[in-house]
Amino acid sequence: MFKYILPLLIFIVLAVFLALGLNLHPNEIPSPLIDKPAPTFSAPKLQAPTEKLSPTDLKGKVWLFNVWASWCASCRSEHPVLNQLAQQKAAIIVGLNYKDEPEAALGWLAQLGNPYDVSIMDQDGRIGIDWGVYGVPETFVVDKQGVIRYKHTGPVTPEDVQQVFLPLIAKLQAEN
Amino acid sequence: MKHLSILVLLVLSGMAYAGVEYREFANPEQQAAYENLTSELRCLVCQNQTIADSNAELAADLRRQVYEMLQQGKSKQDIAQFMTERYGDFVLYNPPFKLKTGLLWIGPVVFLLIGLVAVFLFARRKKAAANLHSHAEHGNDDAEKLAKIRSLLEEGDQS
Repeated sequence: MFKYILPLLIFIVLAVFLALGLNLHPNEIPSPLIDKPAPTFSAPKLQAPTEKLSPTDLKGKVWLFNVWASWCASCRSEHPVLNQLAQQKAAIIVGLNYKDEPEAALGWLAQLGNPYDVSIMDQDGRIGIDWGVYGVPETFVVDKQGVIRYKHTGPVTPEDVQQVFLPLIAKLQAEN
Repeated sequence: MKHLSILVLLVLSGMAYAGVEYREFANPEQQAAYENLTSELRCLVCQNQTIADSNAELAADLRRQVYEMLQQGKSKQDIAQFMTERYGDFVLYNPPFKLKTGLLWIGPVVFLLIGLVAVFLFARRKKAAANLHSHAEHGNDDAEKLAKIRSLLEEGDQS
């Protein structure tokens, strides 16, 4: 009897492991920055390089921090979603223009529309390292206290906006 | 011409080697620390390469970060901590032993033990079965021989 059950058991165990493996996303590395204060920076604005922005300027506001670049192909697919999100004015959207040429970045915004309330430049990728950025696009949600509450790796889809971002933003807006 | 092109290719092949920037170090210890760290930190874009091996831009940025921190006199622990604060334990090729990474460390030992126990049980069953079998055979042989002896003796009695 055991002789027949054993192969079946081995098969079931293997099948379970393989099924779990198929549903894992090894490219998504959980960020240790969740529930930590947003890493600080003082970076020049893309549209006004003489002005600088730092996270303290955004204290008391819920904001999204979207890492993007004109050389990034998945950012292009994400862009219309951000444009739509920006129209809803649910939260401030700050762009981190990551390792990009300012001219190329400005051209991209002129061509595809600008969902960002403000974009800052990170030409040598140092702000990116501080925020644990490893793949563009990435989107962080920061609460009124300046604490990172959520991180999304990869392009944001309309489903993500409806199911994750808008409910989370509404919750954070209700906090003090 | 052929020799020349081979020479050119040989010279160029050196450039294909990933992750080589010219770096100056204050002392050999610092250089050793740099080489050690860059081969222990994971490139998060390519994931199965260290930042020393990888050509990815992020790997180059992280190498620069390691170099600058060493120049500032930071220790290896400081730099490893800096990286894990930003990228998590995954950035280390030798992650620390804690609850979250426990399965990672203990898993292989557990699987080895399961394997050894399985082999042991299997071998014991095989042996027991073989013993049983040979006993049974011997038993039959003995019975047959006894029967033969008996029949022979009976024949002898008759004569």
